[in-house]
Amino acid sequence: MTETPDTAHGTRNARAPHRTPDARGHGPDGSGTGLDARLVVERGAFRLDVALTAAPGEVVALLGPNGAGKTTALRALAGLTPLSGGHLRLDGTALERMPPESRPVGVVFQDYLLFPHLTALDNVAFGPRCHGATKASAREQAADWLGRLGLADHAGAKPRRLSGGQAQRVALARALATRPRLLLLDEPLAALDARTRLEVRSQLRRHLADFEAVAVLVTHDPLDAMVLADRLVVVEDGRIVQEGAPSDVARRPRTDYIAQLVGLNLYRGEADGHTVRLDDGPSLTTAEALSGPVFVAFPPSAVTLHRDRPAGTSARNLWHCEIAGLETHGDQIRADLSGELRLAADLTTVAAAELDLRPGAEVWATVKATQTHAYPV
Amino acid sequence: MTELDVGAATGPPKGGPRRVRTRGGPGVPLPLLLPALIGLAFLIVPLVALLVRAPWRSMPELLTSAEVWQALRLSLVCATAATAVSLVIGVPLAWLLARVEFPGRGLVRALVTLPLVLPPVVGGVALLMALGRNGIIGKSLDDWFGITLPFTTTGVVIAEAFVAMPFLVISVEGTLRAADPRFEEAAATLGASRFTAFRRVTLPLIAPGIAAGAVLAWARALGEFGATITFAGNFPGRTQTMPLAVYLALQSDPEAAIALSLVLLAVSIAVLAGLRDRWMTAG
Amino acid sequence: MTRTARPTGRALQVAGAGAAVLLALSGCSSSDDSSSAASGSSASSSDELSGTVTVFAAASLKESFTALGEEFEKAHPGTKVTFSFGGSDSLAAGITGGAPADVFASASPKTMKIVTDAGDASGTPATFVRNQLEIATLPGNPDTISSLKDLTGPGLKVVLCDKEVPCGAAAQKALDASGLKLTPVSYEQDVKSALTKVELKEADAAVVYKTDVHAAGDKVEGVEFPESADAVNDYPIVQLKNTGNAAAAKAFIALVQSAQGQKVLTGAGFLKP
Repeated sequence: MTETPDTAHGTRNARAPHRTPDARGHGPDGSGTGLDARLVVERGAFRLDVALTAAPGEVVALLGPNGAGKTTALRALAGLTPLSGGHLRLDGTALERMPPESRPVGVVFQDYLLFPHLTALDNVAFGPRCHGATKASAREQAADWLGRLGLADHAGAKPRRLSGGQAQRVALARALATRPRLLLLDEPLAALDARTRLEVRSQLRRHLADFEAVAVLVTHDPLDAMVLADRLVVVEDGRIVQEGAPSDVARRPRTDYIAQLVGLNLYRGEADGHTVRLDDGPSLTTAEALSGPVFVAFPPSAVTLHRDRPAGTSARNLWHCEIAGLETHGDQIRADLSGELRLAADLTTVAAAELDLRPGAEVWATVKATQTHAYPV
Repeated sequence: MTELDVGAATGPPKGGPRRVRTRGGPGVPLPLLLPALIGLAFLIVPLVALLVRAPWRSMPELLTSAEVWQALRLSLVCATAATAVSLVIGVPLAWLLARVEFPGRGLVRALVTLPLVLPPVVGGVALLMALGRNGIIGKSLDDWFGITLPFTTTGVVIAEAFVAMPFLVISVEGTLRAADPRFEEAAATLGASRFTAFRRVTLPLIAPGIAAGAVLAWARALGEFGATITFAGNFPGRTQTMPLAVYLALQSDPEAAIALSLVLLAVSIAVLAGLRDRWMTAG
Repeated sequence: MTRTARPTGRALQVAGAGAAVLLALSGCSSSDDSSSAASGSSASSSDELSGTVTVFAAASLKESFTALGEEFEKAHPGTKVTFSFGGSDSLAAGITGGAPADVFASASPKTMKIVTDAGDASGTPATFVRNQLEIATLPGNPDTISSLKDLTGPGLKVVLCDKEVPCGAAAQKALDASGLKLTPVSYEQDVKSALTKVELKEADAAVVYKTDVHAAGDKVEGVEFPESADAVNDYPIVQLKNTGNAAAAKAFIALVQSAQGQKVLTGAGFLKP
C-alpha cells in the first residue's frame, strides 16, 4: 500500500519553490475551520514533508508519480501512519495523537476494501454502528446514503457482486456515512476500466462538489486531478514541487513530471526579449517578451515535422532531429525526437505514413512562436 | 536542458473480465500421480487392514457395552471442550503473533509449536509439574481454592487442549497472515476500535481458517492419549477416553481394541465429513 | 516401545562372525531343547559364543538385566546383548507378531502364555524370580499408611495399575483376598506410571512392585502389607524359537538363573522363586 520512494523521471533542474504564492489564499479561515497540516514522515532514507491547507468545501488533489509519498501523506492524515513531525489540525482540533478510529476522517481506499462478508448496506452501516448508532438506525442511515448515490437496488448485494463503479460508490457512501470533516480518496478511479472511469469520474465530481467539508484525493492521473479538484498539490520525492489551481499548474508546469503529465514540452532558459537561450541547447523564439530565467512550454501538437529542410516557412523555431521512438495513441502518433533539441511531437497516422517515419529517421521540426508559452521561473 | 516527454499516461485498465480457472485437465503427469497414489495407499492400507481384521462377530456385543459408550461420550465431550478452550485462547494468540510486532516474536512462535514436537507423555508430565497438586501453579490452586486438576475430567480437557491448540494457532495465524490487514485499517477509519475491527471484520474474514484449525484441533484432541493418561490418569467415566480404553484393551484383548478403534474412527469420520460439507467447501 | 534399536542385518552380522560354525552350533543346541534351560550351558567354553543376543524383558527388569547384560558381555567377549524393555503384553504382542528376539523375560505367566500358545517359545518357560506388591507412599509416609486397608480411607488419592496389566491384576487379587473395596483416582497403564504419580506427589499412594519402590530410591517410601503374599507375581523366562543365536540365548538364561544372577536380582528387590 505504501509507496516506496523512487526517483521520478529525468533531471529536475526546473524544480519550483516549495510553495507558490497562489496557494496561500486557500488556508483555513479565521474561525479555524478546515485543514491545516504539515505532514512529516520519515521512513529509512525516505522523508515526506508536505504542508497542506484546505478550507471546508475545497477539494485538493495530491498529484505525483508513484513513490512520491502521496499515499503516505493520505495515511498520515487518516492516522494509519504515525507522523514523525509537523502538525495536523482539523477545524481547530489537533489530530496528531488521535488514533484513526477517533478521527473525524473518512477514507475511500484505492481498491475500496469493502468488507467482503457484509452486504453493501451493512458495509455502509458499519461506520454509524461504530459511532454508537443502533442497528436499525445505522441501517436506515446506510440505506439513505446508498439511495443518494443511486445504489438503492444494490443494498443487499455482497461486494463481489458489484461492478467496479458500484463498489466505488459503496466505498464513498461508507466513508461519507460517518459524516467526516475530512474525506480522503486514494486513487479513487484507478481500479476502474477506462469506460467506467469516465462515468464514475463525473459522478464523483458531483458528489465531491456537494461535500461540505475538506476532501483530499490522491492520484497519479492528471485528468482525474483536474476534473475533480479545486486545487492541485504536486508532490515529488516527498516534497511539494508545485501547487495551484489546475489550470495554472497545467499552463505553467514547473517540473518535467508535470509537463509530461499535462502533455507539454518544457524547457528552462534565459530570456532576452522574444528570444530564450536554453540552458544547454539552442535558442527559442517565443510570443512573450521577457527577461531573466524563464520556462518555455508548448504542446506536442504544436510541432510540425518535415523530411527535408523546409524552405520559406514562417516558423522561426527550426531544429534538425532524429526519431528516437514512435508510440501510437489512438489515431495519433507521438514521436520522441532527439538531436538539437529533445522534444515530443504529435502527428496523425496518415502524416506519419507520408513522411515514412521510423526510428532513426532524420527530420526537421518546427514550432511557431505563437504556440509557445514563456513564463518566469 | 530540461527534458520533456509525452503526455498523460494512463495505466492499463485493471479488473478486466475474470479468467475462468480450468481445473484438473485430462492429463495428470505420472511423476505426480504415482507418488500421490502411493501416498494415498500408505494412509489407507493400515485402516483397511484394521477393517479386515476386525472382529465383526463380537461387534454388536461391544457396541452395546455401557463402558464403550461412556468412553466414547467422554471422548467427544472432552475433545469438543478442548477445541472450545483452544478457540477462546488460541485465536487471540494467533492474532497477536500475526498482527502485533513485539521483541522475541519468533521465539514465542517457536514456543507455541513446541507441544507439536514434545512427546505427549512428556507434555503430560510437564502439565503435572505446572498444574498438578504439587505443581508451580497447581499448588496455589490447591492451597487457595482447593482445586486439583489431575485425575479429573477438566484435567482431560486441559491435556487435550495443550496438545491440540498449536494446530489451531498455526492454522489461524497462517490465515491471518494471508488476510489483508488493510481491512482492519479500513474498519479503523470507520471508527472501529481494534477489538471491534477484529470481531466484526477480521474474525468473519478468517472464519474458514478458524474452522479448519478447529477441526484439526478437535481431531487431534479426540485421538489424544499420552498427555491425557499422564496428566488425568485413567478412570472409567471420568478420565478414560476412547484412546485410553483402546490402549488398555490392547493389553489383554487386541480384538476388542480393534473394535473400539473402529468405533472411534467411524465417529470421527462422520463428524469430520459432516463439518467439511458445512464449512470447508465454501472456499 | 523398543528401547534398543535392533541392528537390521542380523543375519549378515552372524555370517560375518563365522557363519558355518555358528549355524552348526545352533542346530545342535536346539536339538536338545528338552533339557531345562537351567542346565549349565554356560559351562561350555565361553569363547565359542559370539554375536548378538536380543532380550525382550519386562520393564521392571530394566536395572538388573542391564547389569547382567554387561556381565555377560564381559564373560563372553565378542558377544553383545541388546534389550528391549517394555510392558510384558506389548513385548508378547511383538514376539507373536514376528519381532526378532532370542529371549523373552515376562512379568507374568499370563503374558508368557501368549507366547507359548502361539508356539513361539522353545522349551518350557522357567520362573526365575518373583515379585511382590508393596505400597508406595510419599517420602516419610505423611498419611501414616500401614496396611492395604488404610488405602481405602477417605480423601486419600490412590493409584492402581489397570486390571489389564500384571501389577493391576495382582493388586486386585490382593484386594479381593482381603475383602477390601478400593476406588482409586486412576487405573494407570503400567507400574512405572503409577509410581510416577506418587513420585510427583500427585497421588498419595500406589500399589506397585517391591522392585519399583526399590528402584525409585528415596522418592517414595515402601510399605509392606501381608496381603501381598496372596498376589506374588512369577517372572518366567524362555528362549524363543525364532532365535538366531541359540547358544548365546541359552547362556544368558543360565546367567540369569545362576547364583550370580540371582544376587543381582534380589539386590533389586526381587524374591527368589
